[in-house]
Amino acid sequence: MARVDTSTSMGTNLSASAPLDESELNALREQFPTLQQSVHGKPLIYFDNAATTQKPRAVIDALQQYYCNDNSNVHRGAHLLADRATQGFEEARIALAKYLNAEAAEQIIWTRGTTESINLVAQTWGRSQLSKGDEILVSAMEHHANIVPWQLLCEATGALLKVIPVSGDGELDLEVYANLLTRRPKLVAITHVSNALGTINPVKQLTEQAHAAGATVLIDGAQAMPHWQVDVQDIGCDFYAFSGHKMFGPTGIGALYGKRRLLEAMPPWHGGGEMIARVSFEKTTYNELPYKFEAGTPHIAGVIGLGAAVQWLNAQNREAFCRHEDSLLAYAHAQADDFKGITRIGRARHKAGVLSFLLNQSHPQDVGTLLDQQGIAVRTGHHCAMPIMDQYRIPGTVRASFAFYNTHQEVDALFRALHKVVSFL
Amino acid sequence: MGNPFGSEITSDILLDDIGFLDDWETRYRYIIDLGKRLPEMSESLKIPETLLGGCQSQVWIVPHFENATRTLTFEVDSDAFIVKGLLAMVMAAYNQKTPEQILQFDIEHYFAETGLLRHLSPTRGNGLKSMVKRIQGVAKENS
Ligand SMILES: Cc1ncc(COP(=O)(O)O)c(C=O)c1O
Repeated sequence: MARVDTSTSMGTNLSASAPLDESELNALREQFPTLQQSVHGKPLIYFDNAATTQKPRAVIDALQQYYCNDNSNVHRGAHLLADRATQGFEEARIALAKYLNAEAAEQIIWTRGTTESINLVAQTWGRSQLSKGDEILVSAMEHHANIVPWQLLCEATGALLKVIPVSGDGELDLEVYANLLTRRPKLVAITHVSNALGTINPVKQLTEQAHAAGATVLIDGAQAMPHWQVDVQDIGCDFYAFSGHKMFGPTGIGALYGKRRLLEAMPPWHGGGEMIARVSFEKTTYNELPYKFEAGTPHIAGVIGLGAAVQWLNAQNREAFCRHEDSLLAYAHAQADDFKGITRIGRARHKAGVLSFLLNQSHPQDVGTLLDQQGIAVRTGHHCAMPIMDQYRIPGTVRASFAFYNTHQEVDALFRALHKVVSFL
Repeated sequence: MGNPFGSEITSDILLDDIGFLDDWETRYRYIIDLGKRLPEMSESLKIPETLLGGCQSQVWIVPHFENATRTLTFEVDSDAFIVKGLLAMVMAAYNQKTPEQILQFDIEHYFAETGLLRHLSPTRGNGLKSMVKRIQGVAKENS
């Protein structure tokens, strides 16, 4: 079900009806071929879900079906295959719009992912709306994808980037935020869930405050989409950016949701085929939404695969998945807190999917390598969020990130493996 | 203090040793211990000019060329134990060698033999690959 942001937390409500039982979990895992393998002679434990999620058979089958049966260019052919490809392509857009509770399908623009979605907004909305001295607010916990596009925009327009501070626990400083809003920034760009810390930000409340101050709001949804069904109208944001590959879909595809009024006013970005209504050397007119922003042959297979991911998610018991993930994260937190030598990085009250930590004085990379040898895939390093690492004066962390297909036994195995790592370092 | 790498500790000896270690645990313990046998690098040498950029773990290298013997020696260090151990393996092959010897040495083959070739991949971000490139570059300059 739609998980509403501020009021919910991953990690508290463990009591309600049981999360997934063992047979449900096994049946779920069986749908993910990549999970059925051994690495270094041990069964794979995949805890790098924040980097990318694994794909269910339904998504893989949809890609195969597309390439084996329907492959064709969209919106142009005068033949049956083109019709089928176009239909699949547009049905995916409708499915995703519905899933997000977007007002209309044409408010979903296909992109390569979160990064491209944010750059699209920066280069079109940003360049046309901002001028010298205008302010853009981001938070200190942003992924580089939600920092660098704004820095480029600032360089081009003379706008100024301001930073909402983050506490030692990994929470936004809402007091400073309110203060920064009195300077009437033009844009607030904030992540829904932090990939490095796991913090869930109260995006609905942040959006309301920003709107009251006259700002446009972009939410980086890359790390929220894998965990619950996001409702963009409930949040009220103007833009929502995300990646297919982090929500069980293919790589190379993602989307930008935008409010119609803004999307219509924005100038196009990439020029080429598909995005035009009429081209002549005297005057070219642009196509309507969403095609205005989709120049060239799109990633058709990716779109169809992402559509299949959405369809697959719709058929699941997401409420049970959420409870299972809550329970996994709480279980991992409890074990980490009992483990001598572990310092958890990111202790926000509301968190999703991420256990980021340091082990004694050990270099995260050593920990990662020794976990890998034991079949456990984690990410180590700065997680493309160098500013928050700098603030904490650490070069990086070890990050175990969870998805609904992970199990409590896998969490146990992680801590057993960490005990072994300690004996090495 | 003498540096045993390249003299007492050679690539052949390491290959022999590692060949006897048949599980990952003893292999990695061996590598980590090897790193601890590298002569300590003075902190004053750990400056941006000696740091190899673009790696998750920090890797420092200071080369010296001795004209009289035409040999290259290196001071190296890393803040990660496993990387330091891998650097030690590289040192067994490259330290106290002439530029020609360095350029002739098949480092890929060496790492493949030890089952550690993965660590030479640039995607590991551990600086090993840049370290090797750097050493080969220094060897070329002096050959
Ligand atoms: C919070 C956040 N934003 C943006 C991105 C960038 O996503 P992508 O690389 O799919 O464009 C990521 C991916 O790690 C992320 O975690």
